[in-house]
Amino acid sequence: MRTVIRGGRVIDPAHQIDMVTDVFIADGRIAGIGRPPDGFSVERLIDARERVVCPGLIDLCARLREPGHEHKATIASEARAAAAAGITTLVCPPDTDPVIDEPAVVEWIRRRAEAAGQARVLTLGALTHGLRGERLAEMAALKEAGCVGVGDGGRPIANTRVLRRALEYAATFDLTVFLTPLDPWLGQGLAHEGRVATRMGLSGVPAAAETGVLARDLELIRDLGVRVHFCRLSSARSVELVARARAEGLPVTADVAIHHLHLSEIDLAGFDSRCHVCPPLRGERDRDALRAGLASGALDALCSDHQPHDPDAKQAPFGDTEPGISGLDTLLSLSLHLTRTDALALPAALERLTWGPARILGLDRGHLGIGAPADVCVFDPVREWRVTADHLRSRGQNSPFLGWDLPGRVTQVLLEGRVIYEGGQD
Amino acid sequence: MSASDVQLDRQGRLRHFLTVEGLSRRHLIEILDTAESLHGVAERRVKKLPTLHGKTVVNLFFEASTRTRTTFELAAKRLSADVITLNIAQSSAVKGESLLDTLRNIEAMQCDMFVVRHQQSGAAEFIARHVKPHIAVLNAGDGRHAHPTQGMLDAFTIRRHKPDFAKLQVAIVGDILHSRVARSLIHALNILGVAEIRVVAPRTLLPFAVESLGVRVFLDPREGLKDVDVVVMLRLQKERMEGALLPSEPEFFERYGLTEERLALAKPDAIVMHPGPINRGVEIDSRVADGPRSVILEQVTNGIAVRMAIMSITLGNHAHPAGENL
Repeated sequence: MRTVIRGGRVIDPAHQIDMVTDVFIADGRIAGIGRPPDGFSVERLIDARERVVCPGLIDLCARLREPGHEHKATIASEARAAAAAGITTLVCPPDTDPVIDEPAVVEWIRRRAEAAGQARVLTLGALTHGLRGERLAEMAALKEAGCVGVGDGGRPIANTRVLRRALEYAATFDLTVFLTPLDPWLGQGLAHEGRVATRMGLSGVPAAAETGVLARDLELIRDLGVRVHFCRLSSARSVELVARARAEGLPVTADVAIHHLHLSEIDLAGFDSRCHVCPPLRGERDRDALRAGLASGALDALCSDHQPHDPDAKQAPFGDTEPGISGLDTLLSLSLHLTRTDALALPAALERLTWGPARILGLDRGHLGIGAPADVCVFDPVREWRVTADHLRSRGQNSPFLGWDLPGRVTQVLLEGRVIYEGGQD
Repeated sequence: MSASDVQLDRQGRLRHFLTVEGLSRRHLIEILDTAESLHGVAERRVKKLPTLHGKTVVNLFFEASTRTRTTFELAAKRLSADVITLNIAQSSAVKGESLLDTLRNIEAMQCDMFVVRHQQSGAAEFIARHVKPHIAVLNAGDGRHAHPTQGMLDAFTIRRHKPDFAKLQVAIVGDILHSRVARSLIHALNILGVAEIRVVAPRTLLPFAVESLGVRVFLDPREGLKDVDVVVMLRLQKERMEGALLPSEPEFFERYGLTEERLALAKPDAIVMHPGPINRGVEIDSRVADGPRSVILEQVTNGIAVRMAIMSITLGNHAHPAGENL
């Protein structure tokens, strides 16, 4: 359907566009910005006055809980929640049950996502069989089946010989490797090793549990020529390490979870299990350094690290609860909130949610160039909403942001030119 | 939201007893003075007061305990309450029942007070947030976080021997990292205005930035014990060797164990305390544990009076169930 999105503030970070103009869509692709292509006749008009029009968001890490934990959420429930939050592409890490270590699982997830017809779901394949860190997974076959990269799925490979070979093998097939740097021994703990953990009597995870492994990995990849993306950095020192490696020319990128930019160890007060996450919420200095890293571009992408849970998973003493935050619903609004309180401009924030992750994935998406797939998000950047359980569309209600007033209501979301969400009037 | 918001009512009175942290000096003195007035009950011919007559106290022990459980039982019985003790470590938890389900079931038995011990830090606060409003929750130890009745009985024992807190130097020796006893005692003594609290341990047994709790750190007991008025030894668990925190029990005893020679560094009238159970020859020498300066068994006796005091105060402050006339 030929569509025009009229009169919105169009922000396309990939092309440094930030102006009030019209976006023309035909055959599921961007057909023109400002000027319609020849012979364009409008079939649908979306009034975007007072709204922002940007590429659909790409979330680098969302657990959809299917296959394996359908009592927490399903691909359909989360893809729908994503669409309503302006996210058009979700990347599902390989730690499903069964693990994404063979093409059949990739194919199964793709079919479930297609049937849902909401946000697109992309998969990362496992680096090792069963994510056990012992034998290599069939990465070439996984790539052929559609995996956009391979990773450790949040279960870091302890054996450095296996890791190095996995990296070399991935490089053979030009696969980007997604690693979560966390030491399997030092990483065992419930909270950031700091004053708060000391006071609360929670076992601590020092920042070195992350930086030690990160520094090792950066040395390991030095001569391999493999692209590595570091997931969910949580400490100030990690930002420095990645920035320095990149300055030296290493092909590395990194992301941060949105909650690490808004919360810190202090939010654990009252043993709030909604703040039980891995890696743990660290000190305020770390939080500020992560914000600065995002603003400077040292961190390439901002993700939800979405982990929906059933209520029972969080209804227990802190140490008996499962880690993770349900984050799809608040990703855009929390990012907009940063642009109010921090030295982060709106186009830069949107870049880390669109073009940044697209580049990491090597996708021709996340931008509004002529001919690009018309994944578009239209939102009211000013209007506030209070985060309540009723507003959360994800099956997981485990959000520490319940009760917050946040800016930004999504009004229309298009996936390849098709409207997959329309609303925001409530 | 902090624990203070949960354990205090709108008038700032104790409705639960979850942690010493955040309480005022007035709260602590009230507990100590009440315990003092109850201390004589055990010497009477009839060791009972009617304070909690008609009330039901449930000991919920998710973790094994002998001393704490028994003294809580005795405290409740001396206040004329009906007491039942559930060792849940061996029952529901094993059957896969969730903590909340266990709570709901016991709540349905119309109880007035839960005494809770659990291996997870924050468990008592979790329970206090989820019980019906007429139930008082007492923390009998949660993970590494707090053991507030132990902290108070330690403070009570110290006051009976050394009434002026402002002049005291107290050394706590051993496994501070895993110790809920140490955390609660440190908070209590700081609130009561002790001149100096020292922690004495190798670095592996000290939590990160422990000085932020308001203590001075000593790695060497020869300096740490010098001229102190009170020495509190902590129990060293055997698992600490497997966790690579210490090489061996003998090496620990050699460097940090409380021997007569080491005790001689403290003031001549210094007292020796230990929350029990003691490991003879690991953290404390038998001659010291059984010696004239040891008040270890007094601590056990005092535990009953202090727990009676805390039970009377919290239930006395408590909202009564709907329909009951005051």
